[in-house]
Amino acid sequence: MTLSSQILQFFFTGLTVGSIYGMVGLGFGIIYNATTIINLAQGEFVMLGGLIMVFFTTVLKFPLYIGCPLTIVGVTVIGALFEFFAIHPLRNASLLTLVIITIAASILFRGIAMFIWGKDPYALPPFTLGGPIIIGGAVIMPQAFWVLGASMIIVIFMGLFFGKTIIGKAMSACSFNPMAASLMGINVRKMILLSFALSAGLGAVAGVVITPISLMEYDRGLMLAVKGFCAAVLGGLGIGYGAVVAGFLIGILESFTAGLVHSGFKDAVALVILLFILCLKPSGIFGSEEVDSIKKL
Amino acid sequence: MGKNNFRTLIIFTICLGVFPIFIQSDYFLSIMIFIGINAIAAMGLSLLMGYAGQISLGHAAFFGIGAYCSSVLTVKFGFSIFAAFICGVFLSVVMAVAIAVPTLKLKGHYLAVATLGFGEIIYIIFNELLDITGGPSGFSGIPHITFFGHAVEGGIKYFYLVWAIAILLLIFSLNVIYSRIGRALRAVHGSHVATEAMGVNVSWLKVQVFILSAVYASIGGSLYAHFVTFISPPTFSLFASILLLIMVVIGGSNIWGALLGAGILTILPQYLTAFKDFDILVYGVILMAILLFMPEGLLNGLTSLVKWLREKR
Repeated sequence: MTLSSQILQFFFTGLTVGSIYGMVGLGFGIIYNATTIINLAQGEFVMLGGLIMVFFTTVLKFPLYIGCPLTIVGVTVIGALFEFFAIHPLRNASLLTLVIITIAASILFRGIAMFIWGKDPYALPPFTLGGPIIIGGAVIMPQAFWVLGASMIIVIFMGLFFGKTIIGKAMSACSFNPMAASLMGINVRKMILLSFALSAGLGAVAGVVITPISLMEYDRGLMLAVKGFCAAVLGGLGIGYGAVVAGFLIGILESFTAGLVHSGFKDAVALVILLFILCLKPSGIFGSEEVDSIKKL
Repeated sequence: MGKNNFRTLIIFTICLGVFPIFIQSDYFLSIMIFIGINAIAAMGLSLLMGYAGQISLGHAAFFGIGAYCSSVLTVKFGFSIFAAFICGVFLSVVMAVAIAVPTLKLKGHYLAVATLGFGEIIYIIFNELLDITGGPSGFSGIPHITFFGHAVEGGIKYFYLVWAIAILLLIFSLNVIYSRIGRALRAVHGSHVATEAMGVNVSWLKVQVFILSAVYASIGGSLYAHFVTFISPPTFSLFASILLLIMVVIGGSNIWGALLGAGILTILPQYLTAFKDFDILVYGVILMAILLFMPEGLLNGLTSLVKWLREKR
């Protein structure tokens, strides 16, 4: 393999992984927008998405077009239940307690997943058959296009949802000022429930499309949550397209570090970026400090 | 430090002082030593959580920095035990400043995620720097602590050493809470804006508390390394950070609660061997249950339960 084809290979690998980070980051943003909670259980939704999909397709032998929607609906329900049983009863507690409860949920989901699926990683057949595609010497699995496609569709869908629909606009209103939003007749309670359901569903999509490439095991969630959070902060917390672009950026940098420097340091990249961005421009690449200061009041 | 605290402290110290007279089994003494070490780290974290209102998900990393400095510097570079210990504390302070200054300027829980990331980076470094830390296979041959030529290695001696340090830090923490810093931090709970208007630099205050909590963890780490004389990276993983967090949450984010939490979570695994493979699930259930049903922690929860029962009678 020549250097140029290697670089191309790292680029495509990074793009695939990065779109998962972007989707997780997007999920962070949705919950953060509605509640200002940093949901550290975000990565567990991806893990659950992958493992439930494995259950539907390899154990129950459901075809893809049934297993996939069932998984997404299932994880969406789990997200809603999580809000209903853990976040809602503590709605008057401090933000600190709420963040800790997302950590508790993260451990709990991981424990349950280990109880059900054990510690082994699970594989999933790719969505479409066919050999790898070779572009300029770089090998790309067809599944990578599914991942990229899913993230693109989700970005467009989210853009339309928050920009064009009443529910979406109501959800963004909650983030700016929940009190004012409720005075405008918006049911803030429902919006929070919806935000958890929505971002759980999003996580499930990410889990379903990535499992055929990278396998899935019970303890994958927390690291995904960290990377997704890095993407969300880098792009500007609460800015949808920002999280996705930043996710690509982190994925690509990570893949280059793994390939050109040392694979052991791969996981450190996103975190170093996070610490830098928090020092230099905490509102993120696409965020503006003015908007942030209005939101936080 | 407050009259009540002073009374409790005296009773607590006496109980600990006579403990080895009645129980001399090495097993129970070593459990008590581990409780002491965990309590030191948990006290620091509880200052951060209870008074600065911030979470750290990377405290095991500071614990690890203390442990690895104490081990590597004494064994490989010939430092004295005390010098290595000071280096560990110093390195922890530097790291804490580097993380806390940018993140605590911001509102919201950036510190939680920054420390989560920091903990992972340190864990990766422990694993990858094979020449220095020994990598995944660990680091052994750590010397025992010596005082004027006498090795502190027996269970009883180390028990007194660890708990003497723990009690000193406990007194220090109680004084911090009742000092200007503590009062200012409690004022932040009342109103952030009002506190700043009184001329308190809130974010610097939080940075100071974070540094203090990192120092506590580092001290705990050093004591741990000299007691077990063998360390390996898994002791300082994210899961260890989460366990420290659970200790503080279980106890209720105050200093005494941290001691209680450290005690429970050190003893519990000894009796949970039946659940060995499912410890994550057990811890998840415990943490969730405490948060949902006793959000003030076990200590406050039990006191109010006792009060409620008395009133009922």
